[in-house]
Order: sequence, then C-alpha cells, then structure tokens
Amino acid sequence: MSTNIANLPSGAEPVDHVHSYPRFLWWSADQATSGGWKFLVWMFVLTCIALVGANAWANQVVHGMIITNMTDHVSWGLYIANFTFMVGVAAGGVMMVIPAYLYHDKKMHDVVIVGELLAISAIIMCLLFVTVDLGRPERFWHLIPGLGRFNWPMSMLTWDVIVLNGYLLLNLHICGYLLYMRYLGRQPNPTWYIPYVMLSIFWAISIHTVTAFLYCGLGGRTFWNSALLAPRFLASAFVSGPAFIILTLLALKKIAGTRISSQPIHLLVNIIRVTILVNLIMVVSEVFTAFYTGGAHAASAHYVFLGLHGHYGLVPWTWTAIIANVLAAVLVMTPWAHRSAPLLVATCLLAFVAAWIEKGMGLIVPGFIPSTLHEIVEYSPSLAEWKITAGIWAFGLMVYTVLLKVAIAVFTRTVAGPYEPV
Amino acid sequence: MTETPTPPGQKKAGPAKASLPIIGQGSSRRNLLKGAAITLGMAAFGKAIWPLTTIPENVSLDEFLQQHYKELSASDKEKIFARLESETKTEYGANVTISDPRPIPGVKFAYAINLSKCNGNGKCMEACNRENNHHRGVDQSYIRVLQMKKGSMDMEHGNTTYDNSVPNDDVFYMPVQCQQCDNPPCVTVCPVEATWKEEDGIVVVDYNWCIGCRYCEAACPYHARRFNWEKPEIPAEEVNPDQGYLSNRVRPQGTMEKCHYCLHRTREGRLPACLEACPTGARVFGDLNDPDSDIRWVIKNKRVFVLKEELGTKPSFFYFFDS
Repeated sequence: MSTNIANLPSGAEPVDHVHSYPRFLWWSADQATSGGWKFLVWMFVLTCIALVGANAWANQVVHGMIITNMTDHVSWGLYIANFTFMVGVAAGGVMMVIPAYLYHDKKMHDVVIVGELLAISAIIMCLLFVTVDLGRPERFWHLIPGLGRFNWPMSMLTWDVIVLNGYLLLNLHICGYLLYMRYLGRQPNPTWYIPYVMLSIFWAISIHTVTAFLYCGLGGRTFWNSALLAPRFLASAFVSGPAFIILTLLALKKIAGTRISSQPIHLLVNIIRVTILVNLIMVVSEVFTAFYTGGAHAASAHYVFLGLHGHYGLVPWTWTAIIANVLAAVLVMTPWAHRSAPLLVATCLLAFVAAWIEKGMGLIVPGFIPSTLHEIVEYSPSLAEWKITAGIWAFGLMVYTVLLKVAIAVFTRTVAGPYEPV
Repeated sequence: MTETPTPPGQKKAGPAKASLPIIGQGSSRRNLLKGAAITLGMAAFGKAIWPLTTIPENVSLDEFLQQHYKELSASDKEKIFARLESETKTEYGANVTISDPRPIPGVKFAYAINLSKCNGNGKCMEACNRENNHHRGVDQSYIRVLQMKKGSMDMEHGNTTYDNSVPNDDVFYMPVQCQQCDNPPCVTVCPVEATWKEEDGIVVVDYNWCIGCRYCEAACPYHARRFNWEKPEIPAEEVNPDQGYLSNRVRPQGTMEKCHYCLHRTREGRLPACLEACPTGARVFGDLNDPDSDIRWVIKNKRVFVLKEELGTKPSFFYFFDS
C-alpha cells in the first residue's frame, strides 16, 4: 500500500520499502509480543477465553446450532445481538476522526488512531459474530462476488458485507500507512491518507445505517419496522464508541502509563453529553408511539417493558438498560464527569452496558417475540452461545491490545530514522 | 521501548548474569520464550478446533464445490442426485430416488382453505411431516394450525399449541404455511440467491447452496421458514423414497427449508400431501390459470382473503368461509 511514495517532504533519501516494510512488520510483531507481567497475564487470560470460544464454535459446527437456544421462533440471538452492537462501536470511532480531521483539533489528532484501531478490532469481531451465526460456515464462498452468487443490490446483507469489509480495509490502510511512516520517521503524505480518512467518515455512518436497514426493512417485524431505527443506531453508536474510547484512554494512562492529554477525553465527554440525550429522546418517542397507539404493533414493546401474557424474559434486561442509560446521562451531565476519573469510568461503563443491552437483547430478540404468528417463545442464550460470544470478545480485545501496543511503541520510539538502528 | 537484535554469539550488555551460558541471555532467550509460547498457543488452538476435523467425513469435496442449482447442467445434476441418493443410503439406510420435476409451462399454483370446514384435527401437519422427510424428534412440519377465538381475526388471540379435543364449538382453526408470495420478502433478502420463485409460483430453496444465515426466516411474515438446527433423524422405514431435489429430499444440517406445495407431487399432476390427508375437505389446490380449476371456482364464488394483505407480499394462498 505504500511502495510508491514520491515527493517526500523531509528531503531524506528514498526508502527501500522492499526491505524496510518487512522489517517494520517484524519489529511490530516483536513489540506486540513484549511487555510486562500485567500485559502477559492479560493476554494469557484472553487467549484462554478465546480458546474456549473456538472450541465451543467447533462443536457448534459439528453438532449443529441445536446447541444454541435459538429456535425457529427466535432465529437470531446473542451472536447477531453482539454483531449489531459491535457495528455501532466500530462506527463510534468516527467521533474522534471528525474532530481531528474536519475541525483540525490538534490534541485529538494525536490520539485519533485509538479510535481507528478500535474500529479495526470491532469490525473483526463483527465478521466473527456473523460467521459463528452461519449454519454452514464452510459455504461462505457463496458470498464472494464472482465466485458465488451475490444478491446485490437487493439483499441488505450483501450491502453489509460490502460496507463492513470496506470499512475494515479503509482503517487498515489509514492506520497501517500512518504507523509505517511514523516508524520510518517520515512525514506522511496527505494524498495517501487524507482522502481515505474523509471517505472513512461517511463510511462509518454507512456501516451502522446499512446494519439498521437489515432490520427496519422487514415489513413482517413491526418492532424493527421503524424509520427511527437507523438514527437511533447512530445515536447509540456515538455513545458506546466514545465511551469505550474514553475507557481505553484512561486505561492507557493509568495502566500503561502512556502520556495522554486530557483534552480529547473532555471532547469525547462533551460528545456523549449530546448523543446520549438524543438517543434517550428517540427511546421516549418510540415508547410513546408504541404504548399510546397500542394494539398489535405494541406487542413487542409490551413484552420488552412490561412482559406479555405471563412472559417476562426480557423485562429485567430492559430495565437494567433504561436505568443504566438514564444514570449515565445524569452523571455525564454533571461537571464531575470532567473532573473525577473514577466517576467517568463508571459513567462510561454504564453507557456502554446500556447500549449493549439496547442494541442486543433489547432489540434483536424482541423483534421475534411475539413471532409473526403471534406465538410467544422466549429466548435466553445457551452456555455454548455465551462461550462463543466471550471467545470473540476476548479475541477482539487481544487484537485491540496488540494494535494499541504497536501504535504506542511507534509513537514513543526514540529513534526516528528511516532505517533500523543496528 | 526499542529492542535491538543481538548479533549471534555476542553478549548483550547489561546486568545479565555472566555465569549463564551464552544462548540463554538477552533478547535471544526472550525470543525463545516467545516462540515457545506461540507454539503452545497454536497447539492449544489446534486442539480447540479439533472437532472440525470431522467435517471432511460429512462434507465431500464435490459437495463443497457444488455450484448453484441454476448453474448446473443436466449431467451435473445427474451426478449430484446420484451422490445424494448414495449419501441417504449410507446415512439413513434408505433407498431413495431424487428427481427434479420442473414447472409445467403456463401453470400457476394456488391454495385455498375453507375455514368453516377446518376443524383443527392436525392431519395436514402429520402428513407434511411424513411426506417431506421432516426431523421426527420435534414433529416438524411446514404447517402451523392456529386455534382462534370466535369474534376475532387477530392472531394475537390464536393458539398453536392447543391440546384440547377437536372439533370445538367456541373456536375456529386457521392453518398457516408458506403463502408462496408473488412478492416474497424471503427471496429479496437472501444474500446468496439460495431461494427463488419458480415460474409456477412456488418459492424453493437450494439446500446445497444455503449458507444458513436465517435472514429469510426473519423476513417472512408468516413463520413459513424452518431451519435445520441439527441433522434430521428419520427411521429408515419411514423415509419417503420419492424425493425432489428442490423439495422433500432429506435436508442437510444448518440450512433453511420451507413448504414447496409438494412440487415433486403437484408438478406430476398429484395433489399436495396435506390436502390428501385432510379429512374435512377444507383444502383446495389447483392451477390459477385454468378457468375450470377448483381454485378458480373458489376465488370466483367465495369471498376470499389473504393474510397480512397490507404488507404487499401478494400471497398465492387464500382463505374463505362458507357462510
């Protein structure tokens, strides 16, 4: 991706990328695997969880999805719930990119890569969540344009395949290029990354919009069939994404001892102050429409908030999310959100968990309850589903940790020269 | 942190204990440890996904590489059907014939149910289960019969799991199966075109192309689609040997299936199994394009309705009452 960089502004002699790029990769691999005991324990624990998940998935492929608790009534469950949520987290990273590149916020510019690396990790998790939801994963090649039969543009799922993979490639290119240039000690050439950054801003919006369209385009599912779904997805994504980035920045500061200015965190808190309220307004709007109108259209909403005909499976989930959401909104509004780190961590965790429930168990599952024939079959994930889900989360966190580690190593590298010091 | 590789045979400067052998020092020892950890990790990963090694026993290379139904030539089909027949023999111990009846030119199939006659006896579901080689363990069928309260057409007041005796005066019964929509949402959403509508109106699934994403199941407003959550279990003597590639052959685990108006029968001039099994005569099936067919008579002489007409799915499945 970067073998032809002409007009280097630094005036240094041209770099031999054929040799220096593999060296960069090797150096990154070394950085990614070196660290103190905290790092090693963290990675060891994550590896163990990921392996448990991999094993559960292998068993699911062999024995069938009967080992999940999904049924013909609730045919999507924890996997698609997490998929939907992680698309939001990936899109949420753009809330750093916009200030950094559109508003030229210098301080945000220094840490924007944290958001872009989060997007990479989150998209990888999304792709894994979709893969484990497939009944026949070995037939994935049927989805490859040219090889299989790609039902584009009719199927929204094919749009999702395009936008998710496109977003992954965009961010891989942007991060890879910037880190490599930084590693070489060279000024990045704007023509090699600014257009991609601008594209990635629109692309981030598109991934969550298309994912919402997956659901809201289905006329038979009244709970999803709302024009408000895509805007709501975006609003909550712009809560959960920045919340996770704040947690990352605070963790990097506290645990890894990285020097990070507090201004980006301030800005992200201010962003959450707006998006969390927008999201709540939309929740209120949907609740009003459902309950004031009543009738069959409100059946799922009734089930989610109050229970329906003696079935209360999702009620605790829903109220946990609502309470966490409101609490996070109140906390983030207070001036202490800017001052107290522990309070900010609590706020972000609450907002993150609330969005996870809202987009997952609170949105995907009730779309199926009651069913299209108004049967009520409840769903709670099986142990295998929890294992696989935990495995993907662990793997995603491993990817994120490794990427951050390399990025920090590149940024704090003392030797800034085109060649490795020997 | 910058780690410079130590040239071989040269000790790294630093507080390393000088009494230790050369290779156990500095970054080379660390690299050795890293290598060991990575090897161990890979081995553990291999162990974790070991169950996947049984896949080649169940999925042959031919099956893996098989093309979409619409791209198969006559000789491809012949080979595939022979393979599927022999697989059914090995796995289920049954001798079956897999055929591929094509739509009859000019025919458009439709179904109608007389809700005044249907009494909820459930024979249609049993017949469907047997005819279509459904998984026996869960009494799978493509039909669900709703027991509805008189005075309401709202399915919210329906019950599919009734176990009271029938007929029953306080209620009426409404069987629901695939409505073979002319504007089928399930076909629109399928990302790999594994399901499509044929010329005679029947929506079919290529069970060997479906990836099992279940988007169609989410899109269907009539709960008409079923997923094979596990490998179907059918005793050898109960396997229906008269099988269609796009209809009732034994479905593979992890793929979608649905009602196909028994196309292996109806395209050969017979009636659907659910109709033949119905003791009340509630079911009417036929060619919409034939002016003398029973289905045309029903549409002309009865006030018929379709389910969820407001969704614009245009079902080829009608309901009516006698009076």
